[in-house]
Amino acid sequence: MPHIWCAGCGHGIVMGCLIRAIDRVGLDKNRTVIVSGIGCSSRAPGYMDFDTLHTTHGRALAFATGVKMANPSLNVIVIAGDGDLAAIGGNHLIHAARRNIRIATVCFDNSTYGMTSGQYSPMTPTGKFASTAPYGNIDRPFDLCELAKGAGATYVARGTTYHASLTVNLIAKALEHNGFAFVDVLSQCPTYYGRRNKLGGAVEMMKWYKDNAVPVQAARQSPEPLPPGRFMIGELFTVTAPEYTDEYAGVLERARERETRA
Amino acid sequence: MVGAGGVRLMQGNEACVEGALAAGLRFFAGYPITPSTEIAELLAERLPQVGGAFIQMEDELASMGAVVGASLAGLKAMTATSGPGFSLKQENIGFAALAEVPCVIVDVQRVGPSTGMPTSPAQGDVMQARWGTHGDHPTVAFTPWSVSETFSLTVTCFNVAEELRTPVILLLDEVIGHMREKVVLPPPEAVTVVDRKKPAVPPGEGYSAYDPGDGDIPPLAAFGDGYRFHVTGLLHDRSGFPTNDPEEAAYLLNRICEKVERRRARLTMIESRDVHGADVVVVAYGCTARPASRAVRMAREAGIRAGLVRLITLWPFPREDVARLTAGARRILVPEMNLGQIVHEVESAVAGRIPVVHLGKVGGVLMTPEEIFEAVKGV
Ligand SMILES: Cc1ncc(C[n+]2csc(CCOP(=O)(O)OP(=O)(O)O)c2C)c(N)n1
Repeated sequence: MPHIWCAGCGHGIVMGCLIRAIDRVGLDKNRTVIVSGIGCSSRAPGYMDFDTLHTTHGRALAFATGVKMANPSLNVIVIAGDGDLAAIGGNHLIHAARRNIRIATVCFDNSTYGMTSGQYSPMTPTGKFASTAPYGNIDRPFDLCELAKGAGATYVARGTTYHASLTVNLIAKALEHNGFAFVDVLSQCPTYYGRRNKLGGAVEMMKWYKDNAVPVQAARQSPEPLPPGRFMIGELFTVTAPEYTDEYAGVLERARERETRA
Repeated sequence: MVGAGGVRLMQGNEACVEGALAAGLRFFAGYPITPSTEIAELLAERLPQVGGAFIQMEDELASMGAVVGASLAGLKAMTATSGPGFSLKQENIGFAALAEVPCVIVDVQRVGPSTGMPTSPAQGDVMQARWGTHGDHPTVAFTPWSVSETFSLTVTCFNVAEELRTPVILLLDEVIGHMREKVVLPPPEAVTVVDRKKPAVPPGEGYSAYDPGDGDIPPLAAFGDGYRFHVTGLLHDRSGFPTNDPEEAAYLLNRICEKVERRRARLTMIESRDVHGADVVVVAYGCTARPASRAVRMAREAGIRAGLVRLITLWPFPREDVARLTAGARRILVPEMNLGQIVHEVESAVAGRIPVVHLGKVGGVLMTPEEIFEAVKGV
């Protein structure tokens, strides 16, 4: 199938992980809606055979919230880039997390704005170069997983394109989680981010993921904090909390009771 | 009480809620803003009583997005706001227009720009309703002059949105939203309700959400019905998938605009009084049509041959009707609570044949009949 992604782009691997996770969990194709924003990553729904909604930049979670509230029996999945979810859509990310609405959200995190050819995003590390940071990026990046957790997400995980089978597991758990689930998947952009920062091609970038990812169990056992540049992968956080559409079912119940009493 | 007819004293905002529920509203997403807030507050109470969904989102961009999502999942959906929020909704209103997602946007206008005067009336969003979102797109907008008409026009908004698969805007004036008047609510069975056309074929048998077949409006399945279709804000071909083909792109833009244009006559609601033989015709709409109506009466009592045209449909602008109803006049007066918006449409409707005079008022105070009467004498 023709697609828009450059050679070596990690987004196809992330999409593959998502498809395998959907298959593993056994979601019904006819009852699954995939919603995306705008960006290279957000073109993925157009390549998948579900009800698919390619929205406006940053707003995927807002549209998805409408879908889920209108029909809570649907499986609703959001995929979008780090710029989409963390910059222009940051407000929707924290509020979807706060509500704990059952939307499995997968961030295709390539540390840059791929679609618009390599400007810095809220996930570009300090000091790295971007087309809008020719002297080096002075912004400090988010830890998106900490952000999602702090905002109220009840399942938070991180994978990479190198750790594909782990990523399938993490997304599968996100799909089964009754609440807002957030999976950050590091995805290489050799064309813009890699080239500008002399990180090599796709293979070298994925090797960097391999060398610098620390499984969460190992990181948590070690008394030392993670050295700079290294990052945790795996299931970072999970907790049970009331899910939003379940709570709304309670609202419907209470409204009906009040009606019968009146 | 849900869905009961009868005589009631209520606010315009309340009548809007009654109309929406009568038309089948089942999803509302909004963000509080004066002077529209009562609509959200009432729906927070009423929607759960009919099994519908209400949600207060984090902002207006989100509200408009949620409305589009809910409509695609099969529910009749609406949002309500005022100027600052209306500005924020524009990008996703454009999405709804291009992706052909039925929905209703209520803008209870207040003085702008910016935060303006939150509790005072203005008619400054008329052009934003038409051109607020970027690119060529269709716009349907209605504006009522009474609480009772707010009820019926809200029903119309939903019916048009569903039939045409397009966003429809209800422009309320602050004073109409907050004024209390008598309304005779029809019993539910007396309200005409239009639902979107569903696919004629079962899932798997060649349905496309963007192929209009012999008509110009494709049927719309709901997410979860099994049709598995794609919706995008990129220009798309008849399959619904993005295209860069100039012919397909032009076809789509023309189709979504023409589906409204072609129904201009049917969408036009306009009233007139004493226009035959009138020297001066006053063209007014919304709250300004009330003092205008009185001013025309005062003028006739004073021996001036004056007439009134009241616009209910603002977009598509009823230019043929305006031209016809003002054809014999020597002067046209357009009073509106802005510095000149609909007046330009009236000018272009009469194409220079008749001088058009604008009477604008800003600052948040309603026009009086006397002000308009003086202007009628002056033109
Ligand atoms: C409102 C709006 N602002 C800006 C853009 C331009 N734009 C398109 S995609 C994009 C960034 C994409 O980056 P990201 O979300 O990280 O996804 P990626 O392309 O890297 O997968 C931007 C800024 C837009 N389409 N809409």
